[in-house]
Amino acid sequence: MTEAASAGPQLLAMGDRALVVEYGRALNAITNARVRACAEYLLAHPLPGMTDVVPAYAALTVYFDPLRVVADHRTLDPMGAMREALLRAIAKAPESPKHKVRTVEIPVCYGGEFGEDLDDVARRCEMTPEEVIKRHAKPLYEVHMLGFVPGFAYLGGLDRSIATARRDSPRKRIPAGSVGIGGEQTGVYPFATPGGWNLIGRTPLVLFRIDADPPVLMEPGDRVRFVPVSREAFDKLRSDAGTTAGRQSPPVPVP
Amino acid sequence: MNIVVERPGLLTTLQDLGRVGRQHLGVPVNGAMDEVSHRMANWLVGNDDGEATLEMTLTGPALVFGVDAVIAVCGAGMGAKVDGEALPQWRPVRVPAGAKVVFGRAQWGSRAYLAVAAGFDVPAVMESRSTALLGGYGGFRGRALRKGDVIDLRSPDEAHTVRWIGLLSRSHRGLAFPSWSVSRARLPRPQTLQTIRVVPGRHWQAFPVAVRDQLTQGEYRVLPDSDRMGFRLEGQALEARRGNDVLSEGVVMGAVQVPPGGQPIVLMADRQTAGGYPVIAVVASIDLPLMAQLAPGDRLRFELITLEQSYAELAARERKLGMIREALWARLR
Repeated sequence: MTEAASAGPQLLAMGDRALVVEYGRALNAITNARVRACAEYLLAHPLPGMTDVVPAYAALTVYFDPLRVVADHRTLDPMGAMREALLRAIAKAPESPKHKVRTVEIPVCYGGEFGEDLDDVARRCEMTPEEVIKRHAKPLYEVHMLGFVPGFAYLGGLDRSIATARRDSPRKRIPAGSVGIGGEQTGVYPFATPGGWNLIGRTPLVLFRIDADPPVLMEPGDRVRFVPVSREAFDKLRSDAGTTAGRQSPPVPVP
Repeated sequence: MNIVVERPGLLTTLQDLGRVGRQHLGVPVNGAMDEVSHRMANWLVGNDDGEATLEMTLTGPALVFGVDAVIAVCGAGMGAKVDGEALPQWRPVRVPAGAKVVFGRAQWGSRAYLAVAAGFDVPAVMESRSTALLGGYGGFRGRALRKGDVIDLRSPDEAHTVRWIGLLSRSHRGLAFPSWSVSRARLPRPQTLQTIRVVPGRHWQAFPVAVRDQLTQGEYRVLPDSDRMGFRLEGQALEARRGNDVLSEGVVMGAVQVPPGGQPIVLMADRQTAGGYPVIAVVASIDLPLMAQLAPGDRLRFELITLEQSYAELAARERKLGMIREALWARLR
């Protein structure tokens, strides 16, 4: 454990209705696990007046309603009261998360019309497209955090040999399910959005369903593996409503 | 029991107090940009403040009511008319079945909120009726209103209607409203410099004093590509910190982000749950409704206040709102 971690996290006010619990300033697995463990603890034991918790790479943001904290704690200093309550909770929170880690397999049809930038990525990395696919599908990635758009998972574990800088000009619309590489990050776009990542393939899976609980396919801490599939397999999975176990509802409409 | 959209307006969406409690799953909050006008409109028609209202932006819609309804419009002044007659704001108004309510361009502020007694009958998604435009869920079919849309209304219970109608007018026909109104919330005056109060952001201490001073001394203009996600500002560029890329983490409404170019972005209701730009300051909760009412081209300056000031102002506003709510409830009993 690093010195910073043993000294305990730093608490910083973020405006007048949130506190950032900073466990570190760089990304590493231990820091991220502590962030997730604390978030889990807070979600299971919500503090009075707390409205939301966002675990990220190395910090946790805790949101509160200052008026509710004032009423619950009978204080005129909701930030101070929240800081104290949070420090007590942090002391009780376990160091590693209890979340049962699942391994989520994401079928991906690489290249062709789904991965317009695959050849370009291969050229820039000085290898064949097949090699890029092999290296992308090999690691067991870890979900470090969710955000950007609902259901988007920030993944750690990309093979640095296929890290490719973002495109000079972002695309205005990237189809839902697109799998891309942006710098040293890789991920799947759950919705059609603008984006600057290099597209190397697409998954038929729906990553966010409003009527599922949880609505997301991947949660922080989960492991993810990309599994190459043919175009035929993609089409079959796409038309198969039962692709994502227990998630039988139609996909969320894409604007 | 419905409303037909004859003209949708620039961006008209259903919003409530937001989809709170799921940000850890990456689900954005959304919700009314100007929470005070939204809550007030609901109270005026006897609703709980968590009921959904129609948020209208810059240019409002034209709506045809298929049923007698008690409505209230708060927030921006859009010169609304009911069959040619002026529709007064900040008070309950009974509109008769068949009436056409036409909103024009916002003369004061940029967002108006229309509440209907008993509320709009749309399904809650993840416990909220707020429209998530990016995700395409919530509100009315997950999108802004379009021409021809038919929005169902819930039917107010009989006793409620009788009380309101009695309050509004003896006559049971035509447009009816009381002579009183609630005091309207603070709205930006057109063509004037607005002062938006801020408190320190999570990276405040990391910015050199000179840059913090730049933020509070400069003048900014709201750019046209500002929307429910965030307001892009143009003015005094803030010298970005060295190594401007911080690790992505949770962000808040009102966060004043400093991207590499140095022109600040203020995050609003449709912000993503996490962001990767340093946050120098955050709009104080008390001034979020005013910020939400700014329109492209409006000018503003930031004034730094302490957390103590921010909480004192917020508590004072809440007391005032509570008194208004109690007075309204008393009239109904």
